[in-house]
Amino acid sequence: MTSTTAAAQPSYLAVKKGIAGWLYTTDHKRIGILYLIGMSIFFIAGASFGVMMRLELLKSGLQYLDADVYNRILTLHGVIMIFLFIVPGIPAVFGNFMLPLMIGAKDVAFPKINLLSWYCYMAGGILALVSLTLGGVDTGWTFYVPFSTSSASNIYVPLTAAVILGWSSILTGINFVTTVHRLRCPGLKWFRLPLFVWSLYATAWVQILATPVVGMLLILVMLERFLGVGVFDPTRGGDPILYQHIFWIYSHPAVYIMILPAMGVISEIIPTFTRKAIFGYSFIAFSSVAIAAIGSLVWAHHMFTSGMSDTARIVFSFLTFIVAVPSAIKIFNWITTMYKGSIRLEPPLLFAMIFIFLFSIGGLTGLILGALSLDIHLHDTAFVVAHFHYTMLGGAGTLFFAAMHYWYPKMTGKLYSIKFGHITAILFLIGFNLTYVPLFVAGINGMPRRYADYLPDYAFYHQASTVGSWIMYGSFLLMVVNFVYHLFKGKKSPANPWQSVSLEWQIPSPPPLENFDTIPEITEKPYKYTSGSV
Amino acid sequence: MNIEQHTEEHYDPVSNSMGMWLFLFTEVMLFGVMFILYAMYLHTYGIDFRHGSGQLNLVMGGLNTVVLITSSLTMALAIWALSLGQRSKSFLFLGATIALAGGFLVVKSFEWAAKFHHGIYPGSAELLSRSPGEMVFFSLYFVMTGLHAFHVIIGMILITVNAGFLAKGKMSPERMDLMKNTGLYWHLVDLIWIFLFPLFYLIV
Repeated sequence: MTSTTAAAQPSYLAVKKGIAGWLYTTDHKRIGILYLIGMSIFFIAGASFGVMMRLELLKSGLQYLDADVYNRILTLHGVIMIFLFIVPGIPAVFGNFMLPLMIGAKDVAFPKINLLSWYCYMAGGILALVSLTLGGVDTGWTFYVPFSTSSASNIYVPLTAAVILGWSSILTGINFVTTVHRLRCPGLKWFRLPLFVWSLYATAWVQILATPVVGMLLILVMLERFLGVGVFDPTRGGDPILYQHIFWIYSHPAVYIMILPAMGVISEIIPTFTRKAIFGYSFIAFSSVAIAAIGSLVWAHHMFTSGMSDTARIVFSFLTFIVAVPSAIKIFNWITTMYKGSIRLEPPLLFAMIFIFLFSIGGLTGLILGALSLDIHLHDTAFVVAHFHYTMLGGAGTLFFAAMHYWYPKMTGKLYSIKFGHITAILFLIGFNLTYVPLFVAGINGMPRRYADYLPDYAFYHQASTVGSWIMYGSFLLMVVNFVYHLFKGKKSPANPWQSVSLEWQIPSPPPLENFDTIPEITEKPYKYTSGSV
Repeated sequence: MNIEQHTEEHYDPVSNSMGMWLFLFTEVMLFGVMFILYAMYLHTYGIDFRHGSGQLNLVMGGLNTVVLITSSLTMALAIWALSLGQRSKSFLFLGATIALAGGFLVVKSFEWAAKFHHGIYPGSAELLSRSPGEMVFFSLYFVMTGLHAFHVIIGMILITVNAGFLAKGKMSPERMDLMKNTGLYWHLVDLIWIFLFPLFYLIV
């Protein structure tokens, strides 16, 4: 291929119009957009199921969902939000789009496999939704045995969906690790990488190493149902607790698959909007690795009441406390970065600050649950539900929205309404806290999780929570409207509306087909901001 | 834009090999779950496992071990021959690998058939009358050797694809990533059997 000038290269959106140009594309940018479209649909579906559950809980007693249907909606909400939104979310959408741009490459290492992983994702997602029409599944997203091997519901469909989604996750992981190793542009040494790339890299390793574990486990559940293999069946010599151990050996590291890329996103956003280099670059990079490593050794804190020796429980409780340290280091780094910065409170930064607030609450309540004696009381209560929504939705979810607001002009070449962005963020903050703070209190007072009904004593908390869920749902819809409307009617964005110094903003918006006319050369560390330069 | 040119530009043998190694890590983790389960249950049911192991056919298992190691050799020789540009020799070695893999599956199916004949299969009345440890032992035996046999079949398909490309002249000493990666995969399948064999047949 001969070299082309910037004017001669069309934008990636302008070439090969029509649906086939998208469905057969191997361009990492288009695949990122494909993921975004699929994911938005699944996310709105998952959020709608959540609002349906909250609506049922508006009043004590059963109103319009019976307990069975409630369980099925609960399961589908969990499966969609975990497997289709939070786990693939930031890497699949923003990782695909931004990783090659940030390391000065033309594409990922295996573009065709990248497209294959999108098809796996869509196939798995559609199967998960189809399972609803086949009667639904009532096991919860964890598929615990013996319930999952004896439940009358049609469990093969969501299990197959989860295994296919696992493939999608593994393929993306392999792609990203190879890309970071092989396709960095000249001069881009490891410690010159943007922190988002570091976090994607750490995440990709966890995806590669942890996903096959849960894949094998879910296959075993299918074999147990289908062939009567009794690996987890006590009447056949098996041990159901082993299922839980192996499930959480994957699924606890998976929460770091969810949060690490989000931590990468905030490490991009805060320097850009405070005009300062990130504080403690290497601490942030290494704490990501520490989180990935220690996070692989804390799984049994999900099982404190399942039956384990006291020694094991004390060790796992201790390790759970330890893993809070690298997370706290990051929080301090981000706040210190903002100190004396020249702050521009654009929507991405507002979301990032909301993240710090919500994630701190989520992290600290995690310590409460990690304490053995308290966990006996709080296990399987609404407190746990509130805790993981603070870390997952308040953490990874909030930064997904921040990333949307940050990179939208780059991805579409259009500007959204800043004012609506601010309103969305504030509405989200109010709605979120109103939804989940009451659940903390209800949980402490003994409200169990996963119940379709409750005693009248809990009515106040549930009503407040349900009203909160409406506000939060409204903020999601407002965000969708803001983005979709301005996709067609928005003003054209300049190449670098936030005056960022990172590499992906140095090319036109939307990026040209081959990203760079000439492969750039990096000579210094990232985040070279001079304070107050705007 | 010309598609051929586009892919040519991205060609990087190191990436291709690295991607394959990362994939092999996922395979190790996949079988790793089964090995962990095996270790846990061996710890719980040591005596029963020895009893179960005594009922497996050591001669057939040993024969299969020899067959599979030989197939790894012929696979390595196929790659070696192609790297010297000797395509027809490489083709013959690929054929030998497929034949040996097929032989492995035939022996394996005889073993399974013999077990079924004695009423030993997951959920069978005969097995349910045994001790809990033996039930778990045979559950693990069928799952792990079954999963391994599935990988052998995938490997045979891959090797056949390689032979097809070779026959069409689409492989050369400069462009042999597919065969090298297939070789890596085949050696892993072989290696897993090297662990399965002592764990199931030799702990008597």
